Amino acid sequence: MAIGETIRNSQIWKSIFRHPMPLDRRNRIVVMLTNFFLHLHPVSIKKQGIALSFTWCMGGVTFFLFLVETVTGVLLMFYYRPTLEWAYNDILALRDVTSLGVLRELHRWGAHAMVITTWLHMYRVFLTGSYKPPREFNWVIGVILLLLTLLLSFTGYLLPWDQLAIWAITVGSNMARASPLLGYEGPGQQLLTIGGIDMITDGSDARFGLLGARFVGEETLNRFYVLHCIAIPLAVSLLLAIHFWRVRKDGGISGPL
Amino acid sequence: MHSNGLFLKDVAGFLGSYYAGLAIMNAIAAFFIWRRKNRIGEAGFWASVAAAMLVLASLAMSGSASSVPHLPESLRKLVNTLSGPVNYTAGTTALFAIAFVFRKFFVKPMVAWTVFNAALLLMGLAMADENFASIVMKPDNVPIVGLVFLLAFFTWVATKQAVENDERIAQGLPPLEKENDEKVLVWPDLVYTELICMVAVSAFLLAWALLLPAPLEEPASSVKTPNPSKAPWYFLGLQEMLVYFDPWYAGVALPSMVVFGLMAMPYLDFNKKGNGYYSINERKFAYLTWQFGFLELWIMLIILGTFLRGPNWNFFGPFEFWSPYKVEVLNNVDLPQMFWVNLLNRPLPRVAADAPWYAQIGTILLREAPGLVVMAAYLFLLPPLLAVTVFRKYFAKMGLIRYLVMINLMLLMLSLPLKMVLRWTLNLKYLISIPEFSLNF
Repeated sequence: MAIGETIRNSQIWKSIFRHPMPLDRRNRIVVMLTNFFLHLHPVSIKKQGIALSFTWCMGGVTFFLFLVETVTGVLLMFYYRPTLEWAYNDILALRDVTSLGVLRELHRWGAHAMVITTWLHMYRVFLTGSYKPPREFNWVIGVILLLLTLLLSFTGYLLPWDQLAIWAITVGSNMARASPLLGYEGPGQQLLTIGGIDMITDGSDARFGLLGARFVGEETLNRFYVLHCIAIPLAVSLLLAIHFWRVRKDGGISGPL
Repeated sequence: MHSNGLFLKDVAGFLGSYYAGLAIMNAIAAFFIWRRKNRIGEAGFWASVAAAMLVLASLAMSGSASSVPHLPESLRKLVNTLSGPVNYTAGTTALFAIAFVFRKFFVKPMVAWTVFNAALLLMGLAMADENFASIVMKPDNVPIVGLVFLLAFFTWVATKQAVENDERIAQGLPPLEKENDEKVLVWPDLVYTELICMVAVSAFLLAWALLLPAPLEEPASSVKTPNPSKAPWYFLGLQEMLVYFDPWYAGVALPSMVVFGLMAMPYLDFNKKGNGYYSINERKFAYLTWQFGFLELWIMLIILGTFLRGPNWNFFGPFEFWSPYKVEVLNNVDLPQMFWVNLLNRPLPRVAADAPWYAQIGTILLREAPGLVVMAAYLFLLPPLLAVTVFRKYFAKMGLIRYLVMINLMLLMLSLPLKMVLRWTLNLKYLISIPEFSLNF
């Protein structure tokens, strides 16, 4: 105990944690106010609001899975090169050669789990009517986050560059070819012509914009890699911050008014 | 392909531990009922269920065709024959309707536990079938099996509380959630719960990752198209819609409207009740609309698309071999064909290719007149008609704009089941078919 005491009385410890251990009421309040990671939370909360049967903890689990995906994803980026030459081989190596290649399993199953927990979170929010005023706008942000979660999963699906990957993305992105006006097989694209020249072709339509090519190829791999590792996670992080902030601002954790 | 000895040997270990898991689960339940609830008779019953599961576990471990518990061949054949898109959709809708109407019965813990056990047992028995197992145990399909059980569990949790609250509200009491307005400190009450959740999720994910390798197929090849080619599982509901609609609608317009509709929801639902607690009776319309859209049109279509759609996107029963040679008769007709040719006995209106543009457009409009009339009636006649009848109160409360947004979203959502029914009953392919503008509906 003496060592613990010494550590807690040291200048270093006190410079990190600016208050005694959260063992009494006062310090349990102080810890919430002074800790960066905890300050997202209020100091006190409705007991009913955090009952597991009420919240299912699915929003929290989704956020935790996002963190798991971020950490495992960064580590996977050390081992993976998004080129036609290496993508598949690097995944093979993760399975057969690399120590801790189980990271890929964690990443993939975590991604599936995240899609499911996002749906369950939304399901709970609907069933408790928690999208109603004053939380309407936070629900809207939640819908965008749902969409981004699906896009994260979809862009990641391509990266192993196996048969499952390219054909799933081919089937998925074929839809864009049929976008009204903007897809070259879509209704009304014939209307967008200038001087008899089609503006919407298979080299300029919505699907081309998504894939960066006329079919799923190396350009697509690079495009999806950047979207998957940088663009979408950044957007998700920003929206998550707003989502959490609005939970606090829009009346706190859900419960009867 | 029929079950053979090799396959059963392969799954013996899995099936054995599966039944052993069910035995442990029921033993814990029996113990809980005995010690906490002190209901000895019930505890004895579940203990004997646990014992029976142990017997099944040892039988499954044997891995021999005669002793592994399985569904009789005749029953599997019957299920295959009976299953098809029509029966599947009608059947699941009917099941949801029954579960909803008799929700007071189904939320009783013992009833729910019985149903849960029955489902798991059926799943175990079905898993002894090679065709069933090969689809369900495909690595990327495993999450959907999990999703089904999680959704069933959480729907039960929510419905149970909603039923309790509805009974309280009927007696003039506040919902249970309101009864307890005690506040607690976030440290330790919430912070520790979060920590435990994090540890539990990590442990679960780690176990999953160690036990089940992530799928990795052959290297990508743009010339070898797999049959079936499927989108990732969470988009398979959309892919299933392609059976009934063209991609511009099933893949672009309708999903966009789903996202828009979800965002619009809080601004359309003017019902102030049911905010922050579980309730069904206080918001029946919103509840039923949501459940139909989410459970039937989203989840059930994903399950159909994942487990029951095989090569060439043909329908296969749960115990049927996915043969790429299965042939299905496609005799769908467009509405103009039905109207002009079959009904009036005349050829489709035609125009010479070099005719002026207004003649071209005119002919198209004439040819598609029946479909256009139906669509116009659906989209423009129905909303005002409903506004003065069924939705009179809604219209008065919502005002014109919100009502129009709501009713159009409803009509778009219902376009899917309606098109399904038209396809099954009349073999209707398209209501409107204008290949000149790639516009089919």
